[in-house]
Amino acid sequence: MSATPKTFLFTAESEALAKAAIAKYPEGRQRSAVMPLLDIAQRQSGGWLPMPAIEYVALYLDMPAIRVLEVASFYTMYNLKPVGRHHVQVCTNLPCWLRGSDNIAHACKHELGVDFGETTADGQFTLSEVECLGACVNAPMMQIGDDYYEDLDKESTVNILKELRAGGQPMTGSHGGRYTCEPMGGLTSLNHQDDLRAEKVAARAGAKTTGGDDWC
Amino acid sequence: MLKDADRIFTNIYGIEDVGISGARARGDWDDTKALLDLGRDKIIATIKESGLRGRGGAGFSTGMKWSFMPKEVGERPHYLVINADEGEPGTCKDREIMRNDPHKLVEGALIASFAMQAHAAYCYVRGEFFRETEALQRAVDEAYANGLIGDNACGSGWKFDFYIHRGMGAYICGEESALIESLEGKKGQPRMKPPFPANVGVWGCPTTVNNVESIAVAPTILRRGAAWFAGIGRSNNTGTKLFNISGHVNKPCTVEETMGIPLKELVEKHAGGVRGGWDNLLAVIPGGASVPVLTKETCSTVLMDFDSLKEVRSGLGTAAVMVMDKSTDLPRAITRLSKFYKHESCGQCTPCREGTGWMWRMMERICDGKATADEVQLLEQVTYQVEGHTICALGDAAAWPIQGLLRNFRPLVEVRIAGQKPQQAAE
Repeated sequence: MSATPKTFLFTAESEALAKAAIAKYPEGRQRSAVMPLLDIAQRQSGGWLPMPAIEYVALYLDMPAIRVLEVASFYTMYNLKPVGRHHVQVCTNLPCWLRGSDNIAHACKHELGVDFGETTADGQFTLSEVECLGACVNAPMMQIGDDYYEDLDKESTVNILKELRAGGQPMTGSHGGRYTCEPMGGLTSLNHQDDLRAEKVAARAGAKTTGGDDWC
Repeated sequence: MLKDADRIFTNIYGIEDVGISGARARGDWDDTKALLDLGRDKIIATIKESGLRGRGGAGFSTGMKWSFMPKEVGERPHYLVINADEGEPGTCKDREIMRNDPHKLVEGALIASFAMQAHAAYCYVRGEFFRETEALQRAVDEAYANGLIGDNACGSGWKFDFYIHRGMGAYICGEESALIESLEGKKGQPRMKPPFPANVGVWGCPTTVNNVESIAVAPTILRRGAAWFAGIGRSNNTGTKLFNISGHVNKPCTVEETMGIPLKELVEKHAGGVRGGWDNLLAVIPGGASVPVLTKETCSTVLMDFDSLKEVRSGLGTAAVMVMDKSTDLPRAITRLSKFYKHESCGQCTPCREGTGWMWRMMERICDGKATADEVQLLEQVTYQVEGHTICALGDAAAWPIQGLLRNFRPLVEVRIAGQKPQQAAE
């Protein structure tokens, strides 16, 4: 977590990303780039948007700061407060809830020692409850940073958090023993791909220990 | 059951090569120039004849929508906007297209843009789909590198650019006019219609907004012909459809099937059946969070298409099937959806801004056994006061799940009034 900086300036790398983002929109419509620019600023600031960054983006796009603040406060992915190094976002919407997201939420709270909306004392983890993340056939799931972790149970959830705490990169995607969104254990369509599927699932299981398929 | 030979999304699980050589091997980008050479009128007529209805939920004829764009390009350029802001709870089909079969979307975007005389398409992808955006961008880069899109797309002489715009976490941006506002760099608050986007859309220019799946199926329809697509499913409900089956089934999955497949067959053939068997079924929400919940009795016979589900006062929506077995606390499940709509209301219209919160709090009272019979009646009334009284359909979407609960499962609510837990036969 970073303390509120007094000033903000794009780094050379951010600047290049910002220019590329603005170039996507027609001449005179640079305001359309406010969302990507805020995202670039947020990534540069360690996962949140301090006020100077919002004002900087406004100046950059020749917009009133209030219009940029409106955008920053409307969309949930902009964090207006500092967040931990790993932003753990647990989906608790209906499809995840039906498959045990209460247990996932509990496992996260217990393992991290914080409630939803809180950050661990060491600044490593922020825990959030989020709405549907659009991976419903792989429920229950959570997003950490840019990655989805799916088909979770208590054990795999705790293992993911432990691995992150130790500085590792846990296996992303399904922890329930499948490749993507196919039915567990074997295809019911596109059957000619089933051998390849089995190979790919086995390769994933070999790369990392998965959480097993017993749903919590 | 749909034959593999009739499937459009032949790499929906990402098992084969997602890249351009894999896509080409599966038939994508196969003489796309010949499809463009059909000409605008023929392309639009074919899509119309195929009976393709928009796959984003509303089910409006895609070909018809394309034909609403101005015939001649005036001073304002035309745009295609692709709605990939997939956020309807239960829905995760566009995600699989973007990460596993993205070339179908890029090729479809070229064809649709050409048909509507747009030189650029903007694909609005929900921000949480970061890896999916990367996968789609890889496909776009490959298409540029191979001359399939760009200054002379597929050698047709047509200039076409494909841009990705990432959302940042707002369900409401799945509504087309909110999406347009967001693309312009504003808060995603829906616009009044008219004017419709085909006249005044993004940056004041003629715009068509289509769902990812609607665009991605277009090349295959043109290659195989309108009659092929129209021959699958039933009249007015044609073609194939991606279904997401989640919740209390043995094997949740995404699968492409015939439009109009019986719900029971869909669940049993592809999702391993209801946990504990069909008789353990309590209820199904057949088309994403916004559509009313169905009883087991209805589920046993209903077909999964627009008109069949409308007949039973529900809807196909996004074809996201959420299955709930008898262990489910159904009022609690619907309350979770009410909380979602309260969270996602953009705050523009009073009935929705105030109503979603009020309905959620009332649902909480019901679940906690604190509501009186009068309050349940009042809740029902209020749902009808929210429905139809807002600029966009989010107010309706918040009302329908509650109406469905009260219409089809009233006894489960009434036992709560008496202060008892609902019957949980599975336990």
